[in-house]
Amino acid sequence: MAKTFDLNDDSVVVVIGSGAGGGTLGTELALKGIRTVILEAGGRHEIDDFENDEWGMFGKISWLDARTTSGDWRVAKDFPGLPAWIVKAVGGSTVHWAGASLRFQEHEFKVRSTYGDIAGANLLDWPITLADMEPWYAKAEDRMGVTRTHGIDGLPGNNNFKVMKAGADKLGYKSCHTGRMAINSADRDGRGACQQIGFCFQGCKTGAKWSTLYAEIPKGEETGKLEVRPNSQVLQIEHDSSGKVTGVLYADAEGKQHRQKARAVAVAGNSIESPRLLLNSASAMYPDGLANSSGQVGRNYMRHMTGSVYAVFDRPVHMYRGTTMAGIITDESVNDPSRGFVGGYEMETLSLGLPFMAAFLNPGAWGRGFTSAMDMYDHMAGMWLVGEDMPQETNRITLHATMKDQHGLPVPDVHFDDHANDIAMRNHAYRQGAAVYDAVGAVRTFPTPPYPSTHNLGTNRMSEKPRDGVVNKWGQTHDIANLFISDGSQFTTGAAENPTLTIVALALRQADYIADQMGKNAI
Amino acid sequence: MRTLDKRTKVTRRRFLKTAGAGTAGIIAVVNGGIVMGSGGAWAMEVKTLRPESMATLVQMARDTYPHDHLADKFYAQAMIGYDASAGEDAALKAMLEGGVDLLDATAQARHGGGYRDVAWEEDRVAILTSIEDGAFFQKIRGGLITGLYNQPEVWAKFGYEGASAEKGGYISRGFDDIDWLEA
Ligand SMILES: Cc1cc2nc3c(=O)[nH]c(=O)nc-3n(C[C@H](O)[C@H](O)[C@H](O)COP(=O)(O)OP(=O)(O)OC[C@H]3O[C@@H](n4cnc5c(N)ncnc54)[C@H](O)[C@@H]3O)c2cc1C
Ligand code: SF4
Repeated sequence: MAKTFDLNDDSVVVVIGSGAGGGTLGTELALKGIRTVILEAGGRHEIDDFENDEWGMFGKISWLDARTTSGDWRVAKDFPGLPAWIVKAVGGSTVHWAGASLRFQEHEFKVRSTYGDIAGANLLDWPITLADMEPWYAKAEDRMGVTRTHGIDGLPGNNNFKVMKAGADKLGYKSCHTGRMAINSADRDGRGACQQIGFCFQGCKTGAKWSTLYAEIPKGEETGKLEVRPNSQVLQIEHDSSGKVTGVLYADAEGKQHRQKARAVAVAGNSIESPRLLLNSASAMYPDGLANSSGQVGRNYMRHMTGSVYAVFDRPVHMYRGTTMAGIITDESVNDPSRGFVGGYEMETLSLGLPFMAAFLNPGAWGRGFTSAMDMYDHMAGMWLVGEDMPQETNRITLHATMKDQHGLPVPDVHFDDHANDIAMRNHAYRQGAAVYDAVGAVRTFPTPPYPSTHNLGTNRMSEKPRDGVVNKWGQTHDIANLFISDGSQFTTGAAENPTLTIVALALRQADYIADQMGKNAI
Repeated sequence: MRTLDKRTKVTRRRFLKTAGAGTAGIIAVVNGGIVMGSGGAWAMEVKTLRPESMATLVQMARDTYPHDHLADKFYAQAMIGYDASAGEDAALKAMLEGGVDLLDATAQARHGGGYRDVAWEEDRVAILTSIEDGAFFQKIRGGLITGLYNQPEVWAKFGYEGASAEKGGYISRGFDDIDWLEA
């Protein structure tokens, strides 16, 4: 079973973070026979610890360390201390995620060539193409059991989906179905089928939903090559005089510091903590932080164009019953600049329970305008709008000048200004979302503003040329050969699709590359 | 379609923090530190704040998030914690008492009486609007988001069923039972 490795064992690969990127990479390396230690800042909460309680689970496993916000995005006003909703626990945000698993479209890997020069946007083509990714997407979909791939049936539609589908049909949308979801529609891979519990965001009690916590990591541990060390928050990545990384300094649950040596280090702390860690690892040799010769570490922060539309009907819907996000309209995901913006967006069913609805329907609102909406909670249907946002150099993670966390390290500030393209897309999406519901008789619709970011991307981006980004097409940093980035922060651009399938596919691909490079003694 | 019974069941008065339901009505202060709902439907003991202040906070809570199908008891439940918190936090106590004084003073100037004496909700809401950007109002409003809506006892009144895993999810309890959409 699960092995433990010595702190001084410098033959191990250290992976920082156990979510979609880190949990997949660490497991895949172990399956290839490579000795791996995953250091995870949060605790290990197995399925028995999950509660069907929105605030209860939020308090139990969210990343609540201090963060600040700036910029003109509405999240900075509504949730100034909570720019993002990210999990701090073994499994990372795959404990809370909804399971929507979509491939990027071909043009989304080459947006600079497709969209041209957009003022204020730092657009760049990925150094890889859809064709490069296809085998890895296929492998990831199989691993995760994504419905509507590999002959896996779709999930059944719940009430919320049926309202969306009826509206989509009336409006003439062509592509509306119950989604490509990493949720078992039938028993598969030792996990049961979805029981329509409706608390996908709180951790799936049946394990039907894929998560690295129980669908990947135990397989890695069984090889005897993987150790997952919870309550181990990495503070700094260290290097030698040749510039290669040698290990990491981390703090345990009591705040006691330890040094784990490593042959290579892969950073997968999600797109706020990953650049923060590189910046906090600045040294005499790397005064601007590790792997930052381009100055791009922390820049080009993306969070997807998002928003929601909720609609009230004169008859009940009970949208909270069943799978949270098993419903999608993909018609608007194409790039059609005649709509007044480049890129596209997806429309996906979404339900919040009453406690979260109160917090997120219209943050700050009060009085009868708000309460009359809440009174119709069980008559509501809802959808989430998620589309490509423009990378901007000035949207970035920086180290706060004065505020320190519990370990004495500068906290991250998350700065975000909406690009004009993001705003035009959001307004279009609000109109179309409302039209879907109006088509089936909605009596009132609500253009709900963005929640704290669940899709955090781009802050260590992939580029062909070292001057344009932080990592090469394998997620290996341009500057340091044995330092890798393995999470969504490597995204060159965000695409319209939910990111996790791509994060997992990239991690599987990267594991192959790391094994190859180790075999050749290149790292 | 399976729907929920949202009716309130009338039971005898209980002290808050225990289960029980009440009827809406005027909030009054009786002797000592006891704040009571109309008809004696609910009661709570106040130790740090002025009992009159607690009664006003409960009215303010209802005026901020008015739900006509929710009894005062639930608003009182959302406010009761401030008494203990104020006992440990002098700045909070000053903010709450000062906030209530401001509500009463504004009511006095506009209507010739305390905040709770203003008869129309619209008039009380106008007073709240005049202070909505201040720290006191935002503290009370923000606290209500969880203090009111995260009380499991109110969920059924909005048609929300809460935890479902222990009931086997909704797979055979109506996840797809919508019956009014045209085919
Ligand atoms: C409510 C919700 C719903 C979502 N739904 C979807 C969906 O339907 N489809 C989709 O594609 N995506 C969805 N997402 C997003 C998805 O969860 C993320 O894209 C994905 O998990 C990101 O993977 P990651 O590896 O970058 O980071 P994470 O999965 O967040 O993992 C990062 C891990 O690193 C750890 N860590 C951070 N810093 C350190 C450090 N210094 N030392 C040690 N450990 C550290 C963290 O504790 C965390 O466990 C959702 C997210 C949320 C919150
Ligand atoms: S609805 Fe399905 S996927 Fe979501 S928590 Fe329930 S069983 Fe898991």
